[in-house]
Amino acid sequence: MFAYLPHTDSEIKEMLADIGVARIDDLFADIPEKIRFKGQLDFETGKSELEVYRRLHSLAARNKEAVSFLGAGSYDHIIPAAVTALGGRTEFYTSYTPYQPEISQGVLQAIFEFQTMMCELTSLDVSNASLYDGHTAASEACALAVNSTRKTDTVLYSSTVHPYTKQVLRTYFNDLPVKLVEVPEKDGVLDTSAVKEFMNGQVAALLVQSPNVYGFLEDYSGIADMLHENKSLFIISSNPMSLGTLKSQGEWGADIAIGDTQPFGLATYYGGPSVGYIAATEKLLRKMPGRIVGQTLDEDGKRAFVLTLQAREQHIKRERATSNICSNQALAALISTVYLATVGKEGLKELSDLNMQKAHYLAGQLTAQLPVKLSARQPFFNEFTLELPCPAQELVSKMEQDGFFAGVPLNMLHPDYPENLLAVAVTEKRTREEMDRYIVSMKGALK
Amino acid sequence: MGKPEDLKFLKSHEWVRVEGKTAYVGISDYAQEELGDIVFVELPEVGDEFEAGEEVTNVESVKAASPIYAPVSGKITKVNEELEDTPELVNQKPYDAFIYALEMSDASELDDLLSYSDYKKFLEEEAE
Repeated sequence: MFAYLPHTDSEIKEMLADIGVARIDDLFADIPEKIRFKGQLDFETGKSELEVYRRLHSLAARNKEAVSFLGAGSYDHIIPAAVTALGGRTEFYTSYTPYQPEISQGVLQAIFEFQTMMCELTSLDVSNASLYDGHTAASEACALAVNSTRKTDTVLYSSTVHPYTKQVLRTYFNDLPVKLVEVPEKDGVLDTSAVKEFMNGQVAALLVQSPNVYGFLEDYSGIADMLHENKSLFIISSNPMSLGTLKSQGEWGADIAIGDTQPFGLATYYGGPSVGYIAATEKLLRKMPGRIVGQTLDEDGKRAFVLTLQAREQHIKRERATSNICSNQALAALISTVYLATVGKEGLKELSDLNMQKAHYLAGQLTAQLPVKLSARQPFFNEFTLELPCPAQELVSKMEQDGFFAGVPLNMLHPDYPENLLAVAVTEKRTREEMDRYIVSMKGALK
Repeated sequence: MGKPEDLKFLKSHEWVRVEGKTAYVGISDYAQEELGDIVFVELPEVGDEFEAGEEVTNVESVKAASPIYAPVSGKITKVNEELEDTPELVNQKPYDAFIYALEMSDASELDDLLSYSDYKKFLEEEAE
């Protein structure tokens, strides 16, 4: 079968005649003349299959291979072959949001499993079919908080959340009567003693992130109670890989847990696609954004899956819905689900542990051998931020010559960060030998 | 069974039963008929205060999620917890199944509400 079916000139003529229009351009008659594009679009004429392959190969050849210590939201983990094979099955690969969802039991079951896994990871009650990425998940969580707390108009967020999250928050709430207020950091983590000063009756929620933008872990003891006394909600963003060993959002007393499942089976590509996850307490179920898959029995008493609780969604609840998202990252979420099923519960714990140990080995060696130090004395997971004696960007360019992507200069994420801060991520994929060569390369680059 | 003749109504289809300073609020027979099978009644929190006309909560049916407004200003003193497990009571006995009760802060606001006969007239006009 053809991948697509082109229309012939005679078919086009027939269709136009049928609706009483002379030319295709006449279909655009309703678009005002002055905003219409005049002339021909600047497209190249068609190329042969061979020419297309050559062009794509030459583009692909420009990719640089290097050992990656990049993180800042997107991490280089091992992806088992089974994950790629199952994620590449055309039944999943080619299907879009099912508009008659119950006929696609396979897709619905995969989403149901995804939701279940997210609830187990975060120790919270309910989850959804996924959101676009961690940053939109953060914004949706804040919208959920504003919509489920009465007479509130303020969202507090920690200075240590990813700068992209802050940007997306500003975009989301730009034209809404919601104030975004930043709570300061101290020594590389949220200044928890400052939170109290920001509390008032208008506060819907506090959004925090741990591991935070520097990779550091934050201590939220007492925060949940303080917020709940104020009838405000607690939102924690976490790299889900860290949840294999560290305290989950639910265990910290969060009402909403969010983050990005990119570390679970999704390559770094050029920054996406990834998957936003969100989980919440049952109390917030009716205000959750996005699609939710439920499990039920069909008329023969067999296990079956359905889209459920749709009265929350904008096609029913209209302008009073919490969210205008009714799509999800189905394929990418499925890949994360297959990944988690492949590594298993114990596997995830081991992976999480391995990430932490390797990162600590590298950080320990670097700070002992070289004139660099951690930007703050804080615990971390698989990523840490170094304070360098030179601009991070310079070091990164030099180390690239040795075959390393050394890390992410923080001022590439936002110009307010000092130029000598470098976020370095170490996953289970990095070998002792690679790390030792990395140290040698950095030593050379710092001379 | 509550008789609609004893109740006051809003054009947004809520009914109000007044007992002393307390106003019990539910939805009319017409409203439950239009909504179809009610599957969920969100209950507000006792102690929350509302102005007349403010959205208090939601009722979900198989086809819609509809806001329930405060007919008069006041503080929520009671919610009908029976509806948590049996929301269908709103369909079965609309004039008995109150959703919440509030302590009125200004009983004169009741004067703005419709009597049952006026509400019926309003429905007839709407239907035309």
